Amino acid sequence: MSEKLAIIVTKGTLDMAYPPLILASTAASLGVETAIFFTFYGLNIIHKQKMHQLKITPIGNPAMPITFPPSMQNSITDVISSVLPGLPQIMGIIPGMTDLMTYMMKKTIKEHGVADIPELLEACKEADVKLIPCQMTMELFGYKYEDLIDGLEPPAGAATFFNYVLDSEKPMIVFV
Amino acid sequence: MATITPDKTLDASGLNCPLPVLKTKKALEELQSGQVLEIITTDPGAKADIPAFCNRTGHQLLEVVEEGNKIIFYVRKK
Repeated sequence: MSEKLAIIVTKGTLDMAYPPLILASTAASLGVETAIFFTFYGLNIIHKQKMHQLKITPIGNPAMPITFPPSMQNSITDVISSVLPGLPQIMGIIPGMTDLMTYMMKKTIKEHGVADIPELLEACKEADVKLIPCQMTMELFGYKYEDLIDGLEPPAGAATFFNYVLDSEKPMIVFV
Repeated sequence: MATITPDKTLDASGLNCPLPVLKTKKALEELQSGQVLEIITTDPGAKADIPAFCNRTGHQLLEVVEEGNKIIFYVRKK
């Protein structure tokens, strides 16, 4: 029985880059033919420079806890965490806050032994996940094919994407 | 202690989802059919994920051993 999974990635923040790459690489390892379609800000995840600058912001994300990496945890950070489960939204606008939160999240990710984004992209490629950039948004944002990482499929549009995924007995589409 | 003698050992200690599964798949590719891979992991998620991987791919999960915070799997390549 042929199974195909296609994941549509529209977001270019650090937190939204993880789920599609984890799901895609794992599905491919389980023998499911898998593709990721990168459109709009999702293109940044496969952009040679921008993939290293993905950020996470507390603004508009009230569920985001103040994350202290294990190596930075002490009695002071414990008090902060217990008093402030999340950063008050207004504090998110302080210049540098997004960078600080991104730094802390990346450090936490590393200390927990979770892979970083370039590693997960490599894992996807090794598992034969097809990485498809959206032609239309590339033109919209002025991204050239050379600006994107190596090993991608040719840029494609919506019809090519559906033609790919529907050509199986069990097509699955996940929108991120 | 496990009674199985593995043909190869994969130490995935300290790695989290999805790396133990991805590395298991890669390590199995280097084995011949019938050979046994030992996977050492500290990821609590692997406890369900490695059996799910085996169930899906047809490799045989022979044994799971828990030692402290380590979970050790023995998988026979199909």
